[in-house]
Amino acid sequence: MAYHSFLLEPISCHAWNKDRTQIALCPNNHEVHIYQKERSGWMKIHVLKEHNGQVTGIDWAPESNRIVTCGTDRNAYVWTLKGSMWKPTLVILRINRAARCVKWSPRENKFAVGSGSRLISICYFEQDNDWWVCKHIKKPIRSTVLSLDWHPNNVLLASGSCDFKCRIFSAYIKELEDKPAPTPWGSKMPFGEVMFESSGAGGWIHDVSFSASGNRVAWASHDSTVAIAEGGKTPVVASLYLETLPLLCLTFITENSLVAAGHDCYPALFVYDAERSTITFGGKLDVPKQSAQRGMTARERFQNLDKKATADNKEAVLESLHKNSISQILVLEGDKAKCTKFCTTGMDGGMAVWDVKVSSQSVMSLPCLLTLIFCIMA
Amino acid sequence: MAKNTLSSRFRKVDIDEFDENKFVDEQEEAAELQGPDGAEPTHLIHQGDMMTAFHVALRNPPVNTKNAVVKERAQAIVLRVLTSFRSSEIETAVRSLDRNGVDLLMKYIYRGFEKPTENSSVILLQWHEKAFAVGGLGSIVRVLTARKTV
Repeated sequence: MAYHSFLLEPISCHAWNKDRTQIALCPNNHEVHIYQKERSGWMKIHVLKEHNGQVTGIDWAPESNRIVTCGTDRNAYVWTLKGSMWKPTLVILRINRAARCVKWSPRENKFAVGSGSRLISICYFEQDNDWWVCKHIKKPIRSTVLSLDWHPNNVLLASGSCDFKCRIFSAYIKELEDKPAPTPWGSKMPFGEVMFESSGAGGWIHDVSFSASGNRVAWASHDSTVAIAEGGKTPVVASLYLETLPLLCLTFITENSLVAAGHDCYPALFVYDAERSTITFGGKLDVPKQSAQRGMTARERFQNLDKKATADNKEAVLESLHKNSISQILVLEGDKAKCTKFCTTGMDGGMAVWDVKVSSQSVMSLPCLLTLIFCIMA
Repeated sequence: MAKNTLSSRFRKVDIDEFDENKFVDEQEEAAELQGPDGAEPTHLIHQGDMMTAFHVALRNPPVNTKNAVVKERAQAIVLRVLTSFRSSEIETAVRSLDRNGVDLLMKYIYRGFEKPTENSSVILLQWHEKAFAVGGLGSIVRVLTARKTV
């Protein structure tokens, strides 16, 4: 089954290793549990205990095989595998509120932590001191940073925060890397420079995602909207007002489409049309309805009418795979340009893996129309 | 044992007010829309032209101003138009709105719920049902999260 129920409590955050045989997750407490995929399920192989507060973010660097975790105890730890044990190294973030999210950069030489202290800590390892140091991006963030995503050039960082804005910052560390090449978001990228800022007319930004090329950034906001900005001299922003509950997480799966999920407990597809600058709802991706409609007796009908003012037999049972809000979505196979599998975890303590089948039909006059068919992996 | 012999007045100080980094919502310098003109919708209602009255009443929503009087006036006008609709016509009226219009209508409906009068709740609930069918839960979420209230 592609749905596995790990716990009865919410999974706060999770991360996969490089070959997707192990998953590290936080079972809503101070620990991180690492599970190994066995033929007949999942076995817990490690328990990482170091945090004094709930672990709010986990990221697993695929190449260097290091895990970084951050928590409400205002700390972050970088874990390295020594033999068969994971050994933590403390990273002093110099924040006075909880850390909320953490992400390794694409080249894995630095990571960014968003926190309630209204700043982003960019941490990198200094060889001379044998110690992780951090630099802060403060201005002009006015509230908690809820989500982060790196641009493929290892320098630009998108952040979504509770001050209703999505921003792209430069996290260029001159000790670590050369000057980056110009991008559609700008060419001068000193540390902390704001390359793009959204208009801030919506709700809290729950999640941000760069597209595979880095030329587009998408964000999901608490006022049930999803928006995409395309980089350029004047960035073009397209947004879609949804008819559903707010989305909590999203990721690009091709350059033109993204998958998002949230309080409605099912992933949904959105397609971006660059020419017309519009986003359209591409469909709900979930288990098909399996419940048979049984007939109602007249007595039941009257009872329903009396109790609920409607004769419908709709039961108050969620028909989606996840039984509670989905809080995190990660690309498993393929990358953000051509994702073939993605994984969702939620507040029901379960993890689901979804297959993406891309069939492209190219129509003569129009640009390539991608129709994506989703089904659960058998 | 430490004894607190000094005054405890400090406990009543709200330190967040003195925080230099306190979040102050930036109000955009957008045009202050004064709400719909009172006479026109009334005139149209008397004429029986409900749809036009409806659209006129939803024009110029006072979202950018903090003036309570203007907002009250706009709310009263919209409420009058909504209550003079026949139940059968509500659906067509809602369908004639675009996405922003439905969100705006929802804002006015919830504003109307805040101060219920004799008959207003019944009619507002009917409007709510029709607007919900078009706007979905998202439109209600946008009413709750909107910082620029109508």
